[in-house]
Amino acid sequence: MRVVIMGCGRLGSMLAGELDAEGHHVTVIDIDQAAFNWLGDGFSGTRVVGPGEDSAIQEVAGVKHADVFLALANGDNRNAMAVQVAKHIHGAPRVVARIYDPDRAEVYQQLGINVVNPTTILDQMVREAAFATSPESDAPSSDGDGV
Amino acid sequence: MGTGSRQMYIVIVGGGKVGRGAARDLIGMGHEVCVIEREADTAWSINHELGEVALVGDGTEVHVQQAAGMNRADVVVACTGRDQANLAVGQTAATRFGAGKVIARINDPRNESIFRALGFDNTVSATTSIVNAIELEVNKGLQSLTRLTQLASSSFMLSQQRVAEQSSVVGCTVRELRLPPSTLLVLVVREGDDALIPGPNTTIHASDLVIAVTHVQHEAALRAALT
Repeated sequence: MRVVIMGCGRLGSMLAGELDAEGHHVTVIDIDQAAFNWLGDGFSGTRVVGPGEDSAIQEVAGVKHADVFLALANGDNRNAMAVQVAKHIHGAPRVVARIYDPDRAEVYQQLGINVVNPTTILDQMVREAAFATSPESDAPSSDGDGV
Repeated sequence: MGTGSRQMYIVIVGGGKVGRGAARDLIGMGHEVCVIEREADTAWSINHELGEVALVGDGTEVHVQQAAGMNRADVVVACTGRDQANLAVGQTAATRFGAGKVIARINDPRNESIFRALGFDNTVSATTSIVNAIELEVNKGLQSLTRLTQLASSSFMLSQQRVAEQSSVVGCTVRELRLPPSTLLVLVVREGDDALIPGPNTTIHASDLVIAVTHVQHEAALRAALT
């Protein structure tokens, strides 16, 4: 698959490396050239420097032909705009945005965007790690949904 | 002013020059205004000038919009300097608080299509604002300015720049300026004087406001040529 990832931080670079190793065609966009240092030496995908919410930069990154566009930069607003540009201007069939703020995440979900909200996910995981005691088994809970 | 129109509650996000100017005018017209501004210093300065109208916070956040009384806003003006923030303001206000009318400022004219695609028809791009400002300032040459607006929505833009006191172009004629290609100086607005259409022999003075049409790719070069 053709995957375009905006944001080459810990998460973006990790995903980019994995997907590249799995044989996908990966393009990474970041506003800061130095961010590409997060990518391993073995990364064979494409790097594009610039603001990923910019329609022209997305054009350069080939979003028009991408199967998936992932917005994993740090700003919620930036990610939200980027996926909407990818979806509505370049017709990306599948987009995902990381949105840290749970309230904003809800807004964009309502607008039909696939949102991953790390805050609520971590909230659950931390709660489980801190408080979950399962009387039935002494192993840590393997059921992600259980609270 | 404004006695014939109903008083409205207007929430302005972004208290920079544009937001503050809008607040000043709208308050003058008798409307109730709240300005959401991220920087505490700027908010303080707005309150100092306009009374207690500024709220410190990130206007793209739901809880800040809530605090500003977004649910009762008649009009929302998103006029920060970042398009992604203005889009977020509008989408949050509309989705979460059912805001009826959203006016969004577009900083990069190329983003106009995304705002349109997402249903924001009331947009004001910087180029348009500048044209309006010129229309207010000068009552001449309106027809040609109207044509410039159309040009601006293609790959040409209208830009303005104030010539600094210490600028090296002060005293130069237009002919001597090192202007980039596809660029035309259209108007020089001089304080205490009428605006003038510059020719090759027009001399640039300190603090002139120079208005030019240029291709978007030469914006930086034009800026440099007038600095």
